This record gives sequence, C-alpha cells and structure tokens, in this order.
Amino acid sequence: MEKRKKTYVHDVDRGVYDIKNEVKFRYKVKSGLDENVVKDISKQKNEPEWMTEFRLNSLKIYNEIKLPEWGPDISDLNIDKIITYIRPNTNMQGSWDKVPEDIKNTFDKLGIQKAEKHSLAGVGAQYDSEVVYHNIKEDLIKQGVVYTDMETAVKEYEPMVKEYFMKCVEPDDHKFAALHGAVWSGGSFVYVPKGVQVDIPLQSYFRLNAPGAGQFEHTLIIVDEGAKLHFIEGCSAPKYSVNNLHAGCVELFVKKDATLRYSTIENWSKNMYNLNTKRAIVEENATIEWVSGSFGSKVSMLYPTSVLKGKGAKCEYTGVTFAGEGQNLDTGAQVVHLAEHTYSTISSKSISKSGGVATYRGLVRMGKNARHSKSTVSCESLMLDDISKSDTIPVLDILNDEVDVGHEAKIGRISDETIFYLMSRGISEKEAKAMIVRGFVEPMSKELPLEYAVEMNNLINIELEGTVG
Amino acid sequence: MKGDFKVNTLLEINNLHTKVEDMQILKGLNLKINEGEVHVIMGPNGAGKSTLANTLMAHPKYTITEGNIIFEGEEINNLKADERAKRGIFLSFQYPEEVPGITVENFLRTSKSLTSANPISILNFRRLLKEKMALLKMDESYAKRYLNVGFSGGEKKKNEVLQMAILEPKLAILDETDSGLDVDAIKTVSEGVGLLSDSKRSIIIITHHNKILQYLKPDYVHILIDGKIVKTGTSELVHEVEKNGYEAYKNLN
Repeated sequence: MEKRKKTYVHDVDRGVYDIKNEVKFRYKVKSGLDENVVKDISKQKNEPEWMTEFRLNSLKIYNEIKLPEWGPDISDLNIDKIITYIRPNTNMQGSWDKVPEDIKNTFDKLGIQKAEKHSLAGVGAQYDSEVVYHNIKEDLIKQGVVYTDMETAVKEYEPMVKEYFMKCVEPDDHKFAALHGAVWSGGSFVYVPKGVQVDIPLQSYFRLNAPGAGQFEHTLIIVDEGAKLHFIEGCSAPKYSVNNLHAGCVELFVKKDATLRYSTIENWSKNMYNLNTKRAIVEENATIEWVSGSFGSKVSMLYPTSVLKGKGAKCEYTGVTFAGEGQNLDTGAQVVHLAEHTYSTISSKSISKSGGVATYRGLVRMGKNARHSKSTVSCESLMLDDISKSDTIPVLDILNDEVDVGHEAKIGRISDETIFYLMSRGISEKEAKAMIVRGFVEPMSKELPLEYAVEMNNLINIELEGTVG
Repeated sequence: MKGDFKVNTLLEINNLHTKVEDMQILKGLNLKINEGEVHVIMGPNGAGKSTLANTLMAHPKYTITEGNIIFEGEEINNLKADERAKRGIFLSFQYPEEVPGITVENFLRTSKSLTSANPISILNFRRLLKEKMALLKMDESYAKRYLNVGFSGGEKKKNEVLQMAILEPKLAILDETDSGLDVDAIKTVSEGVGLLSDSKRSIIIITHHNKILQYLKPDYVHILIDGKIVKTGTSELVHEVEKNGYEAYKNLN
C-alpha cells in the first residue's frame, strides 16, 4: 500500500505581532507560585500592607479552589512553570523618547504611537509585567480625568483603589480571579469625574514579550455620574513553544446616567492561555457597551459580565471570535438583570477554521426584581470547513414572569455557491472567502474606530492566509 | 489575407460533455459565437441549459469529461471562474447569492478593478455606477445596500444586469434572467441588456420562454435537448417552438 503523505501545516505568519525582543528585565521572580513569590512581588512594588495582605489572602483562596469542571481542557497549564512577575528594564515614562529603543520600536510597529497622534486622548503601554509608558492629553487632566497605571494608583489614589479594587470581581469568584488577586501587576486606572464627557478614546495596550511568563494586569475604571468614556484595550504577544498565561482582571464601575464603551481587540499568540475576567457594575440609567474581538490564544475563557444594578441600566455586547488551527476559544456575554426596566442586547459572531473550536457560552439572568426588563441574544457561527467546530451554550435563568427574553442562534458553513458567485466576478477564491468573513463580522467593524476596524480586517486576513489546501 | 471585414470568433465549444455529481448532462454540445452576436438557447427543463451556463463559468461542481471550450483562440477548460471573469466572461445568475456585510458598491468596485486592464478612480467609478443605475431605473440607495440581501427576485435580476453593465464583459451569459420578473421589469432589464450589445460584445440568452425576445433581437436561436443542440435557426425558430412545443424536436436528437 502506498504510504500517505504527511501534511505539514505551516505556522501562520503574524507579521508585526511576532516581533521577539531579547528578554531584558530589571527584576523577575522565580517561576511557580508560593507565599514567597507573592511577598516578593508586593515588596518589589513597595506596596501598602493592606495590599500585601490582600495578595496573601488571595493565594490562600487560590490554593483552596478547584479548576472549573466545564469548558476547554486547561490541564496542560502548569503554574509551576509560569513566571508571574517580570519587571521590564525601565521605569514608566511620560515620553516615548525615554522608553528603551527595542520596546519603543515594538509598540511603534504595533501602531500605538500613530494611533496616539491621530485618534486617542491617552495611551498606556504595558510590556511584560509593568506599564512602560502612560500619557493623557492636558485638557482631560484639567477636567479632572485620571488615567495612570495601577501601581501608581495604589499609591496616589489609595482611598479610591481601596474602595473599588476587586470589589466587582472578588478573589473567590473562581481560581484565576484568586490567582490574579495574588500576583496582579500592571494595568490601568481611570477615573472620569461627574459629567465629564471624554469624546476621544483612551487606549491601554498590553504586550507580553517574555516566554513562559504570565501577565496579570488589572484595569479599574470608574465613570462617575453622567460622565462618558470610550476605553480601548489591545493585547498581543509573539509565539513561543512554551505556554504563557494571561489572567487579567477588568473592573468597570458605571455610575448613574454614565456611559462606558469598552472595546477590545485581543490577539494573543497561540501558546497563550487567556483566562481573563471582565465585569461591569451598571447603575441607574447607565450604559455599558462591550465591543469584543477575540482572535488569538490557544485557549480562551472569557465571559464579560454586566451586572445591571440600577433601574433603567443597559448593556450592549457585540463580539466576534475567530478560532483557527489549534485554538479553543470559549467566549460569551453574561448579563445579570437585578433592577426593573433593565435592557440587554447581545450579538455574538464566531468563525472557526482548520479544526478550531469556537464556543459561545453565555448567561442571561433575570432576577426577581428585574420586572419589565428585556434581553435579546443573537448568536451566529460560520464554519469555514468540515473539521472545525462551533457550539452555542446559552443559559437563561429567569426568576420573574414580567420579562421579555429572546434568543436566536444560527450555525452555518461558508457556502460554495457564494464563493462561486464572487469568483465569477473576478475575485479569487481566497479573497472571496475573506470577503464573506469580513461581511460576516461587519456589524462589529462598524462599532470600532476606523484604525481598529482595519486592524481587525488585517487579523482576519492573517488567519485566512494560514489556510492550507 | 486578413481583411477588415473578417468576423472574429469569440467562443467555440466543441463536443462538450459535462457531468454533475456523476450525472451526464451535456452530451456533445457544439456552439460557435462570433464577436457582437446575440444567441438564444431554448429548451425544456432539464435539457442542460443551466449546466451549459455553469460549465462556461467554471462552477466547481460541473466537470468537463470530454471536449473543450475555446475563448479568443485559447482553450480555457482548466481556468477557474475568477480567471475566466478576468478574460471577459460574465454570467448573470438565475439565483444570485446574498452576501451580508458587503455593499453593492464595494463589491462592484473590487470586481471592476480586478477585471479591467486600466485602473479606475473612485470618483469615476461612482460616476459610472450612478449612470448605469439610472439606466436600469434603480434607486441610488441600492449602492449602499448589502449585496442581494433582502432584494426581491426582480431586484436581484436587475442587480445582475447592473453588474454586467459595470464590468462590460466580452461575453455575457444570461441564465434565465427573465424568469420571475413582471412585464415592466423584463422591459427594463431587456433594455439594459440591449444598450450593452454592440459590435464587440456577444451575448448568450438562456431562456425557456420568449418574453425577453420581444425586446432583444437574436442573430441565432438554438434548441437544446438532452445535452445537445438539435436545431439552429433565426428568430423564426422561436415562433416555431411556440407553436409546436419542444416535443417535435426530441426525435432530432
């Protein structure tokens, strides 16, 4: 019998995202996790005692909680091999000229400086465990807007941090929230005072360069009454053969009549476990808008949660997940309606290709006080071949009768007839597929500022380039 | 000696056999089309009319098992649909596909830039689009709508003719473009097609009724039965079919 030829699948060329810099650091802890590592991190960061205690308590919780018994397999993740803290070889700078050349160049190639010039009101850039650059426009400072790194916030805005830090996501929420509480570092702190409208977005970008490291940035945003903010989060890492871990935490407090839009384009490398927690507490007549693009990582478990706490609170979620070869992306929105006349709209799209697995796992809970509330959930999946998988697991938990909840799910394959139709107009097969996928995610592109929509299309093209055969 | 009056052959189909999922549909079809000619292909359901259209456009489900297709003197059997489109072949679909998220304008601009030798500026493209839409009595808002999404049957067919008008192919194949249209729409579409025919452009009209033929005057009419062309004639043949039905031609096979 003739031997079958082996198929070699080449790694996708991810261009700028794969830039690897030599690992230079000012300090790093030994790999693994114990009390000494946690104390070491706290000491390096020169933290107040309450924070050190908080970390140690979180570690205790981490050791007591089991891994989740549902969702993707994460047994290959070995925390003993993860370096939880690696401080880059620089202090945080307010000018790019002072940032070390290699780090500056990486962010430049990722387009951060250009975006800062043209379309952002402030930028934070994190490299491994700490923020290396932070800047915000003068007029926002004058209006009392605070945008800085969390390490600085713990010292300079201690009372506020103490009041809000891990009150929305508590360490005993799940194992990786506890891990985060123990070893967190980096991230951004934003405070928008009452009535202040920040019309131009702020962006924090998280870059993990070191192999075998973890990134545990903490983002804490408080949008005070009647204020408005658009915050953009970007993340990426070059690919290594060892596992990296991202267990960040995002806590959003949207006060009465305030509006917060939180947009993410996540493009971790495919050796990354992305076990991130994001949650918003939304007060009376306030609005949270999530725009969430998940493209990278080996495994993702990400379920942005909105707690609609005040009467008239609203949540809108628009998400796109693209799972390619070797990726298992488990994502979805969770909304907890606690007050009456609260509204949520969830629109999720997923694409899977070359054996990738994309799962929508969502929850809508209508509490017993959430009378006259409404929720609409729509999930659409597009599979680009026969070997990829897509699943929808929506949970509806309804505790009162006076609500209106709708759910719609559609799973489909890319149609040969549509490809032929486009090809008959001179468009190549590859471009036809890309066009169909771009059209599929268009509702999300529309929600993003132009540069980010372009970046998302670019990421889709990178993923589609990797198609073999 | 090559003279100015020499007629150029655009398309030559020789002994074409086509299979679809193991079913032999075309069984030795011959056809020759010169530049500037309008041909009509008629035939009963299942004769192979749409198979011919799809084979000419290289639909991947249709396999040529014998014979060849020569376009501008070159065999194109192995060219894919996009490559054939670039050479100037266009198919107006019987059932155009819906493509959510892609606007008619963006789609056509991409397609135009891929199929024409000379690049066209955005401004000139918009002008061209506006002009052709007016010609087809299409509201300008169609340009911003997603390709065929939510279009009625008639709107989809008009949109096919619009694409043909923008892309200006050398050979246009209209697969049942008149089916599912009301009288007014047939008139608009036919006039649109009529405006496009000139001494260089060739058109194949596939139809099983004659409404469209009230507006378009063919040079030749072919009757296709059981995978072969059994009779070729002029417009007269249309009336003959009207009178006798296809039954009379079946024994010619």
